Amino acid sequence: MRFKEKSVEFLIRVCGVASIFIVALIFLFLLKEGIQLFGRVSAVDFLFGRNWYPISEPGEFGILPLILGTLLVTLGASILSIPFGVAAAVYISEVAPARFKEVLKSGIELLAAIPSVVLGFIGMVTIVPWVKAAFKVPTGLTAFTGSLLLAFMAMPTIVSIAEDALHSVPKSYKEGAYALGATRWQTIRRVILPAASSGILAAIMLGIGRVVGETMAVMMVTGNSPSMPRGFFYPVRTLTATVAAEMGETVQGSDHYFALFAIGIVLFLITFAVNMAADLFLHRKKK
Amino acid sequence: MKIDPKISQKIAFTLLLLATLVVILPVALVIVVIVKEGIGAINWEFLTAMPRSGMRAGGILPAIVGTFYLVLGAILFALPVGLFSAIYLAEYAKDNWLNRAVRLAIINLAGVPSVVFGLFGLALFVTFFRFGASILAGSLTLGLMILPVVITSSREALDAVPKSFRQVSLSLGATKVQTIRYAVLPHALPGILTGTILGIGRAAGETAPILFTVAAFYLPRLPKSIFDQAMALPYHLYVLSTQVPNVDSKIRYGTALVLLAIVLTMNLVAVAIRSHFRKKKKW
Repeated sequence: MRFKEKSVEFLIRVCGVASIFIVALIFLFLLKEGIQLFGRVSAVDFLFGRNWYPISEPGEFGILPLILGTLLVTLGASILSIPFGVAAAVYISEVAPARFKEVLKSGIELLAAIPSVVLGFIGMVTIVPWVKAAFKVPTGLTAFTGSLLLAFMAMPTIVSIAEDALHSVPKSYKEGAYALGATRWQTIRRVILPAASSGILAAIMLGIGRVVGETMAVMMVTGNSPSMPRGFFYPVRTLTATVAAEMGETVQGSDHYFALFAIGIVLFLITFAVNMAADLFLHRKKK
Repeated sequence: MKIDPKISQKIAFTLLLLATLVVILPVALVIVVIVKEGIGAINWEFLTAMPRSGMRAGGILPAIVGTFYLVLGAILFALPVGLFSAIYLAEYAKDNWLNRAVRLAIINLAGVPSVVFGLFGLALFVTFFRFGASILAGSLTLGLMILPVVITSSREALDAVPKSFRQVSLSLGATKVQTIRYAVLPHALPGILTGTILGIGRAAGETAPILFTVAAFYLPRLPKSIFDQAMALPYHLYVLSTQVPNVDSKIRYGTALVLLAIVLTMNLVAVAIRSHFRKKKKW
């Protein structure tokens, strides 16, 4: 009995720290494969090279166009999703009547649940032709299309985390403002929003992290052109889409294969930094 | 000029409502469009037959079965590991550096891009462990990806069980493990179930992690073992939408509908369990 108890507790402790082990393992395995590229290509040429020609002889592995593609799509998605996401969070947390609030929250959860490939498919049949017609561009597969679609994928993250932050502002703040004669909107704008600001910032960062890492939807609607991006209404290719689109065709152990893992390292580091920073903001508010 | 605060409040609240509708309405739109266009494709043959003529006809049975196996495998891995991990965090961990490191690791694990999980699965399971592109490798990759979902919701469920339950059990002479097993876990079960079902929904819909670890482009037979490749619904939808020209759009919408139905059903079941037990709660 004593032995059984001990072994269960041992198992609990092992699983408890498993997450650390897994994150470390992910990074190590990305590194193990990705680092082999840097024997032939310098880190500077990799990060700042302007040409991504992985299958020519010799291959060129500059990911600057892909980084800029990701930045462009992310920028567009942020501009669209941050104001709407934060506004929706304020509405749901502070304005909506109790019953409507539950409906809206379930709606947001539903949006988060729709698989990215389904959104990508819907984007292909609805947004892509619309962009082509509305902006008179030769193809609807553009960075803008990706931004529009990704904005909707970032919103659930932004809304739910910002809503939590607004909700956790102490009631006494609100009561104090009301007692001074402030209206509900004045209270929200001058008291609640500033008090929740670091949580809202964390929500925005996590939303952006989601956008940077999103793969399928963005691959299906941005046109996959791995050249230097020329603007919002041109096809681009993101870091994630490059890995997803090309890994199937590489030969294991080739430079191309290692280069895709090196992109994986870059993606891992970006999202790692974003998540850490978001966590710092979330915890500043707890003081 | 100063605007009357009552009027500016009206304007502000209206704008906030409009912004909220912009976020919510497309969800309804996506669901309506897929149901409307896809329902015509759904019939017995579509759900139970093999695809024919290069996926342009026939059914999607192997994709449904493949997704079922993948999700089952993912949850068989993620549920025990995630639950034990949650028990550690809720019942054992002290507030020290190790606990903080675990918390940060979970946050980061939740934030790793899905395609990076795919790369990891390829490097570790497919190549290093020599599982090859297989249901086993794909399931484990998906399992790792949904681990944070299972841990976080199980932990919340455990934390919500009142401290007094544990104190009473311990004071009656039960050991810590017995206390967790008989006094804590039964009360946390609905929350754990909710998290598990949400994880299932997530695993069923993900494409990028299975691209290089299991997914077969076109494999009109059912997998025979966990070392077989398999088709899967989300990947099948991706292939139909982008790689196969001249597919009847009904087949695409139908596939999207089946996938969406599975994922949303999981979510609705999870929400139903949550609200049912919230009402029943006695403390």
